[in-house]
Parts: sequence; structure tokens; C-alpha cells
Amino acid sequence: MAMLNFEKKYRVRGGTLLGGDLFDFWLGAFYVGFFGVTAAFFALLGTALLVYGAAIGPTWNLWQISIAPPDLSYGLGLAPLHEGGLWQIVTICAIGAFVSWALREVEICRKLGMGFHVPVAFGSAILAYVTLQVVRPVLLGAWGHAFPYGIYSHLDWVSNVAYQYLHFHYNPAHMVAVTLFFTTVLALALHGSLVLSALNPQPGEVVKGAEHENTFFRDNIGYSIGTLGIHRFGLLVSVNAGIWSAICIVVSGPFWTRSWTDWWAWWLNLPIWT
Amino acid sequence: MKMHIRLMAALIAFGVLAGCGERPPIETEQLGYRGTGMEQNRNPRLLQKVVAANQIGNIQPPADSSGPLAKDIYQNVQVLSDLSIGEFTRVMLSMTEWVAPAEEKNCTYCHNAENYADEGKYTYQVARSMLKMTREINSEWKEHVKDTGVTCHTCHRGGPVPSYVWFTDPGAGRENAFVGTRAGQNSAVTGLGITTIGHSSLPYDPYSAYLLGDSPIRVQGDTALPTGNRSSIKQAEWTYSLMVHMSNSLGVNCTYCHNTRAWSDWEQSRPQRTVAWYGIRMARSLNNSYMVPLTEVFPAHRKGPLGDVAKVNCETCHQGAYKPYFGQSMAKAYPELQGTKPVVTEPAMAPAESTDGATAASTKPVVAALTQPLSSGGGR
Repeated sequence: MAMLNFEKKYRVRGGTLLGGDLFDFWLGAFYVGFFGVTAAFFALLGTALLVYGAAIGPTWNLWQISIAPPDLSYGLGLAPLHEGGLWQIVTICAIGAFVSWALREVEICRKLGMGFHVPVAFGSAILAYVTLQVVRPVLLGAWGHAFPYGIYSHLDWVSNVAYQYLHFHYNPAHMVAVTLFFTTVLALALHGSLVLSALNPQPGEVVKGAEHENTFFRDNIGYSIGTLGIHRFGLLVSVNAGIWSAICIVVSGPFWTRSWTDWWAWWLNLPIWT
Repeated sequence: MKMHIRLMAALIAFGVLAGCGERPPIETEQLGYRGTGMEQNRNPRLLQKVVAANQIGNIQPPADSSGPLAKDIYQNVQVLSDLSIGEFTRVMLSMTEWVAPAEEKNCTYCHNAENYADEGKYTYQVARSMLKMTREINSEWKEHVKDTGVTCHTCHRGGPVPSYVWFTDPGAGRENAFVGTRAGQNSAVTGLGITTIGHSSLPYDPYSAYLLGDSPIRVQGDTALPTGNRSSIKQAEWTYSLMVHMSNSLGVNCTYCHNTRAWSDWEQSRPQRTVAWYGIRMARSLNNSYMVPLTEVFPAHRKGPLGDVAKVNCETCHQGAYKPYFGQSMAKAYPELQGTKPVVTEPAMAPAESTDGATAASTKPVVAALTQPLSSGGGR
């Protein structure tokens, strides 16, 4: 993998959070760093344990392999390896890998003197995961409340947990999160298509710039958020999608045990009409 | 500016939490294989109120079954004709406690004081039918009530009209509104002036369809791709309405009976679903065999807006508990209500042994139900 001639000036020493110069080098295009090593360690160990779990499990069918959390009876304690302990170690590995990756991003940002927007954005996804697998189980008092690692099994978990609250679509934070996910997709589709329409013209056409892009949306909807603004907007809605996902699941159980439809009784109970 | 946004986000998040109005610790119970998400969540602080509202009624001391039969002493004894005079009196006393209104806790709520055999009062006729019904439930519907059984108190709880009965809903009006028919749903308040089932937009009178009529409930297709199931989404919504009613009545969520990855599959369902299946048939049968035939007996003020009689649904007995009284049996203390006893030719018999165990059950503290796991006893 040849290095482009201008790339070298961006490969500067320093900016590390841990380990000093120890892992401050590149492997091909990839910056290694202390957290690159830990990310690789946790990712490989976690994956190996998942494969081990599949090996001791009943199936090699990729769809049906499942590494399940312990029974609720183990509470927040350690479980035997084959009865949820594997899940516990895999969860530690997953969080270790995700957080390492985010911190590796921080180190790269520091090397380049950039803002920390990327690791912060990634952090919202980590927040959602940690909320599902750690915060909510801790609030409910057992690791068994977390979801299993399996393609079908985690979907079955989602279905049953949703029906624990009878109708999850009435969960107000779920509504906000879903809306933000769809808005993120809509914004990305509009942004991507607009940029391509201007920067990737038909053969023989000239490349257009920001003025054309802005004019399109001013003509279309009377307003253009602008080239910088669309990215601020995208960051806002996408990061909030993760945050509101975390909120919508952490309230389900620890802060609401009934049907989510009943939550809306506050509307019927407003003093305006009662 | 950024501070403002953060502050606002924090306030909204706090508002959502506060709006929920519940907090840890929450009692949870695993109902399926680990990691499947089949669990019950119970807020112990809310559950205390349900437990307090589900205390068993007073149990009269056991009666001697060896005396002469009540039908030989009294006139016009049609249902309890197999009971001794002691047992008969015990049932009458209990019914007064369990059913007669607080301001009229005496025999004359049902009986003519001049002539106790007189059938003139409507309450007399209803009570006779209800006794027959109670005995049928305890003997013919064991698939649903198991050995726990029911007494008058299971529904009545000390009052003449059970707290949870239903009338056919006249509809919330605007049924043929400008935007089209509401199909008995999408309304916050029903035609009876009560909030809809689970505050949802689901049809608000599933009882007429399923607990009086026998519309098909299991409308979901059982194949991944469509293979000729013509049921509509609307039908599914009616089914869901009935299911939400059952869930609310029992204070349980969907996973108490179902593994939601395959609702229809009995193999993946919990045994409680079978008990519930019989429960639906039982409620339907009781409404058609006992309640509807009483329509002419009841006075107008006891009837619904369409002139129909009060009918039973799951909540009539369950009242928020997965088993009425959280599984405590009153009926065991009442062999008199267990169905017609075999005809005895010998007048003298030893006192029934079952009454001893039953009295012991009556002194069991109800709070014990809190610690009793939901899964024990298979929904009996």
C-alpha cells in the first residue's frame, strides 16, 4: 500500500493518551496506537469466544447461533462459563473494543489538531449499547435482562421485550428515536443526492458548486441549510437517534413496568377536560 | 448556545423519566430460556395496591354435612338440594356477606321476609342462577379454575354488582364520520363513557365479538409467506384488543403466555396459554348460558344502554391478579359450591375432611402471594 506523497506530513508523532511512543506507528494505512492494540485484542478475544460458544452450542447454523446472558437468578453476579459466563466475558470484550476504538479516534484527532466530533458521535452508539447491556440490567438487578448475541435470538429478544410493555410503539422516547433515525436517513439521502447532482454531472456538463446546491433547495423549499449546516444537522439528528434509543430502553422496566399505551393516560387526565 | 441545547436535552430526558412515575427496584421474573426476553416486570409498590384490593372474603366456619337435607326442611330449594341444613345455612350466610349491598346486609335483599320460598324478588332468581353457575364453574371448568375454584366473592367482593362487568357498547358516536367509519376504535372514550382498553386505539368492545359471539381469535397466518390466510389487519386489531384486555385483567404482559416470535405456536407458548384458552371459552359459555338468559329478570337500572344484561370478562374474576386473590382458594373451604354432591343414601356421614385444610388456607396471609412465583402451579 503505497503512501501518497502528501500523506507523510499528516503522520506526526505524539497526541497519544496512553503508551507514549510505544505503539505510535502505522501499519500500512492504519494508525496503531495503544488503543488500536487493545481494540484488536478485545475484538479477537470476543470473536473467538463467540466461536467457542457456537462450538459448545447446539448448532452451527449462522442464523441460529446464540450466546445468551445468564438466568435472572444469577443477578449481577458471575455466572458459570456455559450458563451465561461466556456472554459476560464477550460483553466486556465488546465494550473494551468499542471504547478502545473511540479512544483511538481521539488520538488521531489529537495528532491532527481536529475537533473530537467523530469519537463523540461514535460515543452515542456506544452509549446505546452500554445502556442496553449494562445500565438497564444493573437497574433491573440482573445481567439476564440484556440481549443475547445471535442473529435471530437478539431479534426474538427485541420482540419479547417490546411485548413486555404490550405496545412499544407507544413508548414516547421510542417514538422520538425512531423519528430521528428516519430523519437521519432522509437528511443523508437528500444531502448525498444533492452533492452528487452538483459534483458528478453527466459527461460534457460542468461541475457545479455550493451556490447551485443552495439555490436548488431555496427554489424547492424556500430555504437551504448550507454546506456546513447540513453536517451540523446530520450530526445532531444522528447522535440524538442513539441517545434517544438509549433513553427509550432504559425507561422500559426501571422506570415503567406497565403497558406503554397506559403512559398516555396523562393526556386524558389533563385538567382541561377532566 | 451549546449549553442551552445540552440543558434542554437534559431537561427533556429528566422529564421523560419523571413522566414515567416509576423507579427501581423492580421485581422481575424469568419465564423462558435465558436471553429470550420472556419476563414479567412488577413494580412492588404498585403491586401492593393490587394485593390489598384482592383479599379473600370472610369464610364461615365449616358446617356439619350430616344433618337433614335443606330441601326437606325448606320449600323451593332447587339448586342446593344436596346440602344438609347446616351447609345450606352456611352458604346463605356467606352469600349475604359476599353479595348483599353494605346498606342491606340481610336476608331480605333476596328473600321475601314473609315467605322465604317466594321467587318474587329478581335478586332471588338471579342468585339461584348464579349458584348453579358457580357449581358449574367449579365442576365443569376445571381446565380453567383447576382446584382453586370460585365462590360468589371471587366476582362480587362484597357488593351486589361485581366491579368489573361489561355491557355491549353503543359506540362513541360519529361512527360514520366524514373521514369514514371508526370500526369501533380510534376513540379515547367509548360509548359507555369509559376509557378504551389500555388507553389504546384498538377496538373498545372485543367482548361482544369474542366473549358473547365466537368470532375467530387466532387470525394470524402460520406460514412465513402468505398462503391463503384472508384475515385482515382489522381482525388482528380486534384480537389484540381482547389480548390487551386479558393482559390488563391479569396484570401480566404478553410473554406470560406467548413467546412473541411465534404467537400461534402452542409448542413455544407457556402452559398458561392453554389455561387462558379455556378461560375465553368459559367466559363465553357463562355469558350465553347464564347471563343472557337473565335479561328479562333484571330490572332496567341494572342493564346497559342497549338493554343488555351485565356480562363477565376476564377482569370480572381476576381483577388485576394473574390468579384471582393471587392464587389463594376460597372455594376449597366451600365444598357446598363444588358442584352437586353425589346422592347419599345413608343419612349419617363423617364430616368432610377437606374443610380442615380449607380453613387453614383461609388464615394464610395474602402477602405471601407476593413471594409466590408467577410460574408456579402452571396458572392454576
